[in-house]
Amino acid sequence: MTAYTAIVSARFRMLLQYRAAAMAGVVTQVFWGLIRVMIFEAFYRSTTASQPMELMDVITYVWLGQAFLAMIPWNTDPEIRQMVRTGTVAYEMLKPVGLYNLWYARALATRTAPTLLRSIPIFVLGMLFFGMKAPESMVSTVGFAAAMAGAIILSAAISTVLNISLMWTISAEGVGRLVPAMVILFSGLAIPIPLFPDWAQKVLHVLPFAGLSDYPFRLYVGQIPPENLWMVLAHQIGWTILLAFLGKYMVSRGIKRMTVQGG
Amino acid sequence: MADSLKLYFRYIGISIRGQMQYKASFVMSAVGQLLLTFVEFLTIWALFDRFGSLRGWTLPEVAFFYGIVHTAFSFAEGVVRGFDVFPAMVKSGDFDRMLVRPRGTLFQVASQEVQMMRIGRFIQGVAILVWSASALDVDWTAYKILFTLGAIMGGIFIFSGFFVLQATLAFWTIESLEIVNTVTYGGVESAQFPLSIYRDWFRKFFTYVIPLACVNYFPALLILGKEDPFGTSKVVMLLSPLLGFIFFFVCSKIWQFGVRRYTSTGS
Repeated sequence: MTAYTAIVSARFRMLLQYRAAAMAGVVTQVFWGLIRVMIFEAFYRSTTASQPMELMDVITYVWLGQAFLAMIPWNTDPEIRQMVRTGTVAYEMLKPVGLYNLWYARALATRTAPTLLRSIPIFVLGMLFFGMKAPESMVSTVGFAAAMAGAIILSAAISTVLNISLMWTISAEGVGRLVPAMVILFSGLAIPIPLFPDWAQKVLHVLPFAGLSDYPFRLYVGQIPPENLWMVLAHQIGWTILLAFLGKYMVSRGIKRMTVQGG
Repeated sequence: MADSLKLYFRYIGISIRGQMQYKASFVMSAVGQLLLTFVEFLTIWALFDRFGSLRGWTLPEVAFFYGIVHTAFSFAEGVVRGFDVFPAMVKSGDFDRMLVRPRGTLFQVASQEVQMMRIGRFIQGVAILVWSASALDVDWTAYKILFTLGAIMGGIFIFSGFFVLQATLAFWTIESLEIVNTVTYGGVESAQFPLSIYRDWFRKFFTYVIPLACVNYFPALLILGKEDPFGTSKVVMLLSPLLGFIFFFVCSKIWQFGVRRYTSTGS
């Protein structure tokens, strides 16, 4: 266990060094957030029918999405991609820790450190200038925090499966291009899940992606009552376990067919 | 000029042949791009499904804006993305070699690479445009079709201007590049909808500072037979795509200024 803690903390500290990139990221995300907010405002002003989510909640939801964007498993780890291409992935296998656990620990750090750097300034800016509201209540703050923890372990599990898929180099190309679009749509980052057509919502609620951002964000704005927190956590943990099994199975298959080129 | 064009197609041919050596990779990337942009459009569709209309605009109308901007952007991205690798060329000193060749630097950098996979987004943009054109209640005269193509051309030049501008910054810094990307992609994102739905400062930014409205919003208004709620005259709208070419011209001047100031890394 200490080995994994060391991996997480070493990578975490390494990733915290990228402050300039984080600053640029903040500017980008604020700009995007503004565009999205204006689009939603325009749509809300076009209708008098009551909507499943109030505009104020949608605006807060958009800013939460911008703040936690780096936490969403929308890309594969460039270093692992490089390792597979150059063959240095062989060293990873020599390490006295399981490959799945090793990469899961990596992913955990990759999903948290950059998020920490970006989320705080966006929270501050969003609350001060851009109409983001505070959590619905004290209880929903606690619910949100718990669901975010669940979201992080789920996000790391999805990231790890994506990274393992890089062992099949051809599919890596496809994974790199297809997955971001799916994740962003299905997690509610493009538009909040409650605004999808009703039939689509039923599907999206079951898929793992809703646990990444939609559930925690709706706990924050109070659209999901705090007493339903256990359902959110069950969804997140259930998927994390399932994906861990899938990931470990893929690792065992991947190692068997892997040929590392000499040189 | 004809000679340069011949050379350009030769460069492009080499680049395409190179990329076609990895067919599976090309197909995956292109299909990925296609699906990616398709998902983008799905979100717009879902919003219309939920809200019915966007301040009086219908889905086919918004699709027209969407189609124009994506067709132009993907074309520019595919053809002049050679500027993408430019910062690396400055860093490594490879740019020096271009300075001693008997062709313009802008031309040489532009023809470095064609990104074939952008064809995915391009196909999607055109498909949405064609669908919108058929769903709209517009009498498609030759003049209107030509004007649409003109707007797309203007858009290609504006986005190319962005890429040139971004590359020019590499003469001084490589830190600020992300900011230009933000404006580029943010511009594409916002131009998917009629510019009139945004707040005042934002609308003005994409009209006067970066004339994206001139190759998207104004031409589309004219074709859809709508009035600009801010009272822009028809003549201005008719001439607006020309601003795309002017924007590119200004960017190319800034580029030349950058080249003159350029000092090699010397390696």
